Amino acid sequence: MFAILATLALAAFLAPSLTRWAGRRCGWILALAPGAALAYLVSRLPAVIDGETFDATVSWVPALDVSLDLRLDGLSMVFGLLITAMGVATMIYAAAYIGDDQRLGRLNATLLAFMLAMLGVVLADDVITLFVAWELTGITSYLLIGYDNHKFQARRAALQALLVTGLGGLVLLVGLTMLSWIAGTTQMSAMSAAAGSVQGSPLYGVVLAMVLVGAFTKSAQFPFHFWLPGAMAAPTPVSAFLHSATMVKAGVYLLARMQPVLGGTEAWHTTLGVVGATTMLLGAVMAFPQRDLKKILAYTTVSALGMLTMLIGIGTSAALVAAMAYVVVHALYKGPLFHVAGIIDHETGTRELSSLGGLRRTMPITAAIAAMAALSMAAVPPLLGAYAKQLVHAAEGEATAAAGYIYWTALATGIVTTSVAVMLAVLPFWRAGRETPKQPHEAPISLWLGAGLLATLALLLGPVAGTTFRPLVDAAARVAGASPSELHEETSLGLASTSHAAEPASAGALEGAADQAHADADHGAEHGEHGSGTLLKLVTIATGVLLVWRRDALLAAVAPVGGLARFGPEAVYRLSVIGLKSFSGVLTRFIQNGYLRSYIFVVLLATIVLAGYPLFSDRAPLPPLAVLDIRLYEGLIVMAMLMATLFATGTDSRLAAVVALGLIGIGVAINFMIMGGPDLAMTQLAIETLSVLLFVFILHRLPRFEHFTSLAERRRDLVLSLMVGAFFTSLVWGIATEGGESALSPYFAEHSLSEGKGHNVVNVILVDFRGLDTMGEITVLAVAALGVFGLMRLNLDKEKKNGKVA
Amino acid sequence: MARWPEMESVILSRATRLMMPVLIVFSVFLLLRGHNAPGGGFVGGLIASTAFALLAISDSVDVARQTLRIEPRRVMGFGLLVALSAGLIGLLSGGSFFEGVWPGIKLPVIGKLGTPMLFDIGVFFVVVGFTLTVVFTLLTEED
Amino acid sequence: MVTWLAMLIGGLYAAGFYLMLRRSLIKIILGLAIFAHGANLMILAAGNPRRVDVDVKIPIVPEGAEQLLQPYADPLPQALVLTAIVIGFGLQAFTLALAKSVYDRMGVDDVDAMRDPDLTEPPTRRDAQELVSHEELDSVAPAALPGTAVGS
Repeated sequence: MFAILATLALAAFLAPSLTRWAGRRCGWILALAPGAALAYLVSRLPAVIDGETFDATVSWVPALDVSLDLRLDGLSMVFGLLITAMGVATMIYAAAYIGDDQRLGRLNATLLAFMLAMLGVVLADDVITLFVAWELTGITSYLLIGYDNHKFQARRAALQALLVTGLGGLVLLVGLTMLSWIAGTTQMSAMSAAAGSVQGSPLYGVVLAMVLVGAFTKSAQFPFHFWLPGAMAAPTPVSAFLHSATMVKAGVYLLARMQPVLGGTEAWHTTLGVVGATTMLLGAVMAFPQRDLKKILAYTTVSALGMLTMLIGIGTSAALVAAMAYVVVHALYKGPLFHVAGIIDHETGTRELSSLGGLRRTMPITAAIAAMAALSMAAVPPLLGAYAKQLVHAAEGEATAAAGYIYWTALATGIVTTSVAVMLAVLPFWRAGRETPKQPHEAPISLWLGAGLLATLALLLGPVAGTTFRPLVDAAARVAGASPSELHEETSLGLASTSHAAEPASAGALEGAADQAHADADHGAEHGEHGSGTLLKLVTIATGVLLVWRRDALLAAVAPVGGLARFGPEAVYRLSVIGLKSFSGVLTRFIQNGYLRSYIFVVLLATIVLAGYPLFSDRAPLPPLAVLDIRLYEGLIVMAMLMATLFATGTDSRLAAVVALGLIGIGVAINFMIMGGPDLAMTQLAIETLSVLLFVFILHRLPRFEHFTSLAERRRDLVLSLMVGAFFTSLVWGIATEGGESALSPYFAEHSLSEGKGHNVVNVILVDFRGLDTMGEITVLAVAALGVFGLMRLNLDKEKKNGKVA
Repeated sequence: MARWPEMESVILSRATRLMMPVLIVFSVFLLLRGHNAPGGGFVGGLIASTAFALLAISDSVDVARQTLRIEPRRVMGFGLLVALSAGLIGLLSGGSFFEGVWPGIKLPVIGKLGTPMLFDIGVFFVVVGFTLTVVFTLLTEED
Repeated sequence: MVTWLAMLIGGLYAAGFYLMLRRSLIKIILGLAIFAHGANLMILAAGNPRRVDVDVKIPIVPEGAEQLLQPYADPLPQALVLTAIVIGFGLQAFTLALAKSVYDRMGVDDVDAMRDPDLTEPPTRRDAQELVSHEELDSVAPAALPGTAVGS
């Protein structure tokens, strides 16, 4: 498994030079990398369907018990197949679509890196590995959305996607960390065993909320859905890959993965059901008035993602199977539709729905692909979409939480989705021809091959879905928590109905068979009766077509409501970005105002608060200062030093200040001596000599002392300073009365001679025990000296130059 | 060029010339005995630089530079190299970086010879180079 | 002694802080030096609290002994402070060079006046001194500086 990740990494690394070498044909070569990964997954397919898992582990951060765990099971398999299969199609398509752009190499490399990250997400078993891969998909998608970096729109959309998913990712990290702490393991495969303790934990609500925020932002659920339509600023190959089949499904993947651990509770059912159903309806309704083909597709994707979330929220075995089936079906129709949108854009020069028409004559293959995909989308038998849709319908009936809401939103969504499918597949191709910027002609094979294969796959799998497609879906659903016994029952039903349906091979009979299965699966639930199911479906399709027919009138009628969008979540996002910017501007101007004194003030205030709190709050009051406990000479030295300090602070004479400073330094040296530090005392004296020398010399070259501040300011500063001084006095006094022994020093005291072979312990610490630190310190000295040299020499050179000019 | 302002003193100049050798010998003594008694590379280096700084005051920066003969920045670089090599010896002889290596030679006053001693010599030269770079640069008058 | 030492350290901190709040660059550097003295003394006193009042032995293993004899002065803070002294000197030298360099270029010692954008250009000290005398500066500077009131 690491081998396939390594292959993709290598391909990403080589992509730029390969692209330069192979030019337009590079797509075919680079598609080999995801192709190899796909081949590997297919080779493991039978075993995975039988319930086997494959593990691979590399130790990563042993100290934190984090390892690079990969695990291939049914769930990973479904998503892995999607990523690699779509990856192959995307690599071929991207090279043909972008053409001779110089940045193609970069795009290819980023796409492959994204594939790597995405495979990492679905193969990871360790939550930390999952999170890292998760964030990598966010970063690479940022680069991909912002591919047209000369366009403001693209940059803004990329940043928006990064901020929304990135913030969600951070929340997710906290959630996952808490989850692994509660569950006692970072391995997701081991977490389901701890589901009881996780759901019983008082922190369950917090963990759930955080994981959901991560999944919802990534999968564009309401109210975070707005970044996905914006991300359509990406080149179409990127949208086809990231925003239909892979990245946006990462959130759905995570929900499915977490279902056995976090799912099954009332909160899970309700939140996912309501959010999912809302997103589903909202996406469909917002897709309807769009004019740009890609925007339409983006909103239908939002809608589909909502449905998937809702299904996982329902959480029954049937619902999980339906979700997994729909994940695949959605990719198989949405990918081709994106490709078709790209082809239309590429060949006609526009994606505006209103300027397109009559393309079936000039682009018959594209029209056929679009028709197949759209029929699958509209759940028309015998396509795979119809099979998935009946599973979905059956599952919707099983909802326990918010059942009525789910039922009605699903019904409304079905109608609008049919309309949108008609808009996508019928209007551009079948209505009367229109003028387009470019003279349209059929696209080259490299543009339609991938889409054609995927759409054909949906057509071929449709009639035999029960035998070929269902086992894989079941394997995935089992990982997501579906119970094997219920699945067995389901599967046999599905098998019976589809085999029954496959024989007559006529659409009408198939429809009946499908509804038979539907009704069986429903176990006689309220809306699942045989006849009404068919009727409902017909009514849905008819209403959908009617909506498209009267679209212009309808849009004109609801136009005033469109203004409400200004108050939607995107407005919240925009306002918070603006607010954050101006807030940080204000904060920066306040904190980093360029006045040294305010910095010093803040630093000291923070010190006083942070050190003062533990010093004075949580313990007995300090004993009074023992003023008389002193020897005469010590007292004299301290008094002399205090007077020198006072003098140095107050004097207006520069020389006097330096002399006072020297006195303080010598006093400090004597103090060092008293405290038993001969090395320190010697060093201090030598330094003091040099220091006074430099001060006298430099001060001689600088102006006299002046008062720049008013008397009031000086008084205020004096009060502040005395408070600071009083604090440090009590700090030292507090530490001194607290006592306590150093844990470290006895080690040096004992081992200096035996191991450092030196009697002078201070020196042994400096040159032996902490030699590396000293190395750093003398390096700092060297840098300081070079700094002084540079400052003065620069000055000199400048003056010389000026002197010459003058 | 580079005279101490209003402080030309023959006495200081003479005294400095007498003191210089004493100070330098003393600084080397401090350096070498530093492992066993008060002293070491920092103090030794500072005392040695004080000798040259005194010369720069009493005579001139140029005289001090000529007496030192080597550019102080080179002294600094040399010291850094010596200190680093002391660390590398520890690494190359199978230990970790800056692990002390003691060949087992013992001398009077100085004590046992080893890489920490070599490191201290490096510190000595860095301190001399640093101090004199600073002092010479700041004391050089540009007009 | 600890009592007096604590008061001394407090005094050094107060003086250092007061000087660092000044607008004169030279006073700020002086304040920094005094501050550093206070900090060095505090590290030593804090790292070695009990032993300040007894007659401690210097941290050198006597001839014939295997390790330091009690009561010894704590060698670890001494090693820290020793490098701090030397580094502090490096910092002092650097700030002094900076002050001189700034004064040579701008002709002012007032850190607030240095913010005046007109002053960053004059290439030589002589020019700068001709352009702005200190009296002029005092009258011009506050108006020319946005937000002078903040923290001053």
